[in-house]
Amino acid sequence: MKVKKYIQEQLLPPFLGIALFILLWEMLSQTSDSLPGPISTWDSAVTLFSDPFYQKTPNDQGIGWNILNSLERVGLGFGLAALIGIPLGFMIGRFDFLNKMTSPIVSMLRPVSPLAWLPIGLLVFHAANPAAIWVIFISSIWPMIINTSMGVRQLPQDYLNVARVLNLSEWKVFTKILFPATLPYMLTGIRLAIGTAWLVIVAAEMLTGGVGIGFWVWDEWNNLNVEHIIIAIFIVGIVGLLLEMLLIQIAKRFSY
Amino acid sequence: MTMKNYVQIENVQMSFETKNGIFIALKDIDLKIKRGEFITLIGHSGCGKSTLLNLIAGLLMPTDGVMLCADREIAGPGPDRGVVFQNHSLLPWLTCAENVHLAVERVFGATESKVQLQKRTSDALALVHLTHAEHKYPHEISGGMKQRVGIARALSMQPKVLLMDEPFGALDALTRAHLQDELMKIVAATNSTVVMVTHDVDEAVLLSDRIVMMTNGPSATIGEILTVDLPKLRNRLALANDANYHRLRGAVLEFLYQKQAKAAA
Repeated sequence: MKVKKYIQEQLLPPFLGIALFILLWEMLSQTSDSLPGPISTWDSAVTLFSDPFYQKTPNDQGIGWNILNSLERVGLGFGLAALIGIPLGFMIGRFDFLNKMTSPIVSMLRPVSPLAWLPIGLLVFHAANPAAIWVIFISSIWPMIINTSMGVRQLPQDYLNVARVLNLSEWKVFTKILFPATLPYMLTGIRLAIGTAWLVIVAAEMLTGGVGIGFWVWDEWNNLNVEHIIIAIFIVGIVGLLLEMLLIQIAKRFSY
Repeated sequence: MTMKNYVQIENVQMSFETKNGIFIALKDIDLKIKRGEFITLIGHSGCGKSTLLNLIAGLLMPTDGVMLCADREIAGPGPDRGVVFQNHSLLPWLTCAENVHLAVERVFGATESKVQLQKRTSDALALVHLTHAEHKYPHEISGGMKQRVGIARALSMQPKVLLMDEPFGALDALTRAHLQDELMKIVAATNSTVVMVTHDVDEAVLLSDRIVMMTNGPSATIGEILTVDLPKLRNRLALANDANYHRLRGAVLEFLYQKQAKAAA
């Protein structure tokens, strides 16, 4: 009885949704000559993933390498952003003067499309790869600054009163109160940042080239291999989903 | 150091700056608390009783007047004044023992060994009968237990004065009665000086040596001070039929609901 209920309430709806999606896709592909259907895409994906790590030429490598290269860029840009953005967020949250100082700049630069920073990166670094990392860095730093500083500012007065009556040192206040209290906010910032970073990498790589999932999409467009483009869309979606789920799992461990 | 004036509050005034000008919360507060004395502050909400407690704690600085604790001016919060907050204010990411240890470490960390610090922590938890819960997190224990950890944390610093801001206000009546009895025993055992804010008349009469009754704000001050001359280590059952207890209780009620009657809020 319980199993049946679980199937009906938890498994059936998403399964039905996916089935309907594939059906619609199939119907659409019937009406168009150029759009491949689910079956030919699946066949193409099977061949593609049967040898994901081949390396023929610098520009012709397996899909696995493309994904890993993109992830590496995201990791680097995102890591650098965390390294700078989180401490900065703490300071902005703790010192009102700094907050007022930085808030006009942050508010102005945050809505700028990440790709607008690409020419600056190319100009400064004279190379495509660091420029792509730079774009990831700049697009993922804002959520980390903003969420961390918000977490610090939302620290309940009660905890600060505890710190005051116990007369804790600044270091103890940071490690025992400020950091743990801010951690959930910080993790939200990290989650938003990694989501944006993964969104941006595809676009950035289309422009910069090299090995990576974004460039691969562009390359397959030039080859007019539409099946591969659709596969790339699924890959980007699934990897993004996995990154998000990973961070939600981490955040769960640190919620009080 | 005189026994008579362990905590000394002279001519204290407290005002806050608000949008509509200066708000005088407290004025002309004079109070001398003896060592080992149990004082309760009682009054209607908004009478500034918590403000007065925060002044003694050093969380607020008075606009005017002098405040001394053990002949030293109160210039800010300090471990000589342990505070128990109304909402327990335990850090949710630390276990009960770690919460207490944070206080112990701060006060005795420089002079004592790790083993001694551990012992102080477990002694404090044993005092409030929570040895079994030392490794639990605050969200895993009941409201009454949290409040006991808060008391353990405050007492573990061996403060000169224990300050309690409606410590049992958020608890149900049975738990409250139980904790009041425990507090009586702890205070008797440690000979603590206590200042407690309450809005509960029975609690005030049961626990206090003196009840400080405050007039309504703004510009609240001390209206009357009632000395509770019942023998200590009181028994709530015996008091139920004690004429003296009822006389004292009546006096507090008269002050609150006749002399300082408040328009229905």
